[in-house]
Amino acid sequence: MWEQIRANKIKSVWVIVGMGVLLLGFGYLIGELFFESGIAGIVLASIVWLIMNLVAFFQGDQVFLSVSKAKKLERSDHPKLFNTVEEMTIASGLPKMPDIYIIDEPAPNAFAMGRDPNKAAIAVTSGLLQRLNRDELQGVIAHEIGHIKNRDVLLMVISGITMGAIVLLADFALIYLILGGAGGGRRSSSSGGGGQGQIIILIVGIAFIILAPIIARLLYFAMSRKREYLADASSALYTRYPEGLASALEKISSSTNVLKSANRVTAPMYIVNPLHKPGLKASDLSSTHPPTSERIRILRSMGSSASFADYNRIYSEVHKGGGGVIPQSALAGAAGLVETRGASAEEARPEKIEKLERTREVSDLVEKLNDYTALACKCGAKFKVPTDFKGKSIKCPRCGTVNHIPGR
Amino acid sequence: MIALYVVIGVVVVLAIILFMQYNSLVRQRNQVQNSWSQIDVQLKRRHDLIPNLIETVKGYMKHERETLESVTNARTSAVEAGGRGVGQQAKAEGELSGMLTRFFAVAENYPDLKANQNFLALQEELTSTENKIGFARQFYNDSVLNLNNKVQQFPSNIVAGMFGFKVGEFFELEAPAEREVPKVSFT
Repeated sequence: MWEQIRANKIKSVWVIVGMGVLLLGFGYLIGELFFESGIAGIVLASIVWLIMNLVAFFQGDQVFLSVSKAKKLERSDHPKLFNTVEEMTIASGLPKMPDIYIIDEPAPNAFAMGRDPNKAAIAVTSGLLQRLNRDELQGVIAHEIGHIKNRDVLLMVISGITMGAIVLLADFALIYLILGGAGGGRRSSSSGGGGQGQIIILIVGIAFIILAPIIARLLYFAMSRKREYLADASSALYTRYPEGLASALEKISSSTNVLKSANRVTAPMYIVNPLHKPGLKASDLSSTHPPTSERIRILRSMGSSASFADYNRIYSEVHKGGGGVIPQSALAGAAGLVETRGASAEEARPEKIEKLERTREVSDLVEKLNDYTALACKCGAKFKVPTDFKGKSIKCPRCGTVNHIPGR
Repeated sequence: MIALYVVIGVVVVLAIILFMQYNSLVRQRNQVQNSWSQIDVQLKRRHDLIPNLIETVKGYMKHERETLESVTNARTSAVEAGGRGVGQQAKAEGELSGMLTRFFAVAENYPDLKANQNFLALQEELTSTENKIGFARQFYNDSVLNLNNKVQQFPSNIVAGMFGFKVGEFFELEAPAEREVPKVSFT
């Protein structure tokens, strides 16, 4: 089953080549229409694509993490989260443990970053840590590690950029077409006769300008959904406990909090679409994620077997006659019998007490990361003060003593 | 002339297949070795953690000398079993796992202990190390399965026979009962 990564590498290259051909063909057409030279269009398309890729390649992770307001964690900050990631690193056979980031937001969610498994990162929100128990957290982390292991991040970044370049070029072309209506006249004068052929090319060109971005988007979204299923299957394989991820997905999707730091560009990276509107039809074609209810149903139907082959079989059952979702190459080498395991001992603890402990743990962590000052008043009251109060004085809410907070 | 070209072509194709099969076998074997060293790292870590744990709980669990001693003994025999082959080591480590789960079940009866930060940190570390051993074993067994499939299936078994590739040994826990995680009741 570990052969699948190699198979995926080859497959990813083909998808990207396909999208690249679409981009170049589109560039050629635009060039023909506006500069009367297809080569110029190809050059333009390549330059746009290259610049966007370079920016993403050298700055992408950092920009993405800072846009999401993620803070890096050390082992001592949250040993349990660190251990969970380490466990899944071992289970997946990743060469190096990813860095861990936390986003201080009540909405539970998580995402993976990094083009290269050696330089990967996983970010989770504080809401996720508060809400999930160990088994569920493990399922989510395994899903993210699955993304890293299957090289989804690289694939999604490059194909996302290619899609972006096509959309960008189409937007320019449309504006050019609307503003420069005289362009057509200039063109017909230079090429002399053959007016009718010109018009046909123009119509085909305009149709392509409108259609290409839509096709690119649908390709991109369809691929994104496939990768989510594959990461779910990987999670079940690594943890041998599909119920953990299923119940985590249930908790995440039932949350009413909205993730503030997510936007359209970053949305496909999260475990559950952070922008999903309740009114939207679940199996929307323009969605980056498969419907959560369906992902849960597949995971729950896995019963006592956790191999890729089983996931694939159940997927085909849910999508009547729709074929599988795991690449054949991955199935060929897959082990026959993969048993699931039972829940870990923590499951038995009362959920309420456990949640209280987790909430305290996470709020301590967030306060520590935000550099809060711990203050003890004479009367015995203890409180934590945000950084803005450093060097100022506050009155103790219990006894009224004025306490001075040491400056930086 | 044409016949010669055909013969050369067939030889070249066969050579390429041979190279690919050989490289694939080497990759699988290295993965098995690497994943075994992963298990080893985690087993050592567990051996190192147990004395700390015993030291921490000694004061609290005065009436559980027997339990503590059996954990210590299981650890000693697990350390000694290291390097005596996969089967032996798996047996000793499996016993140690069983002792540890029993120990933590007993520890649940001591509320003072459960308020001790040091104990809680050690418990988290040991639980996680236990998980890591499990996952490392899972990965190791998957790797062994892949290697064994390669070594035994046609046509790679021919290449494996030529270069002396051997099937790997699975890391199995002894009793099936030990695979189950005990349910701890709080009522």
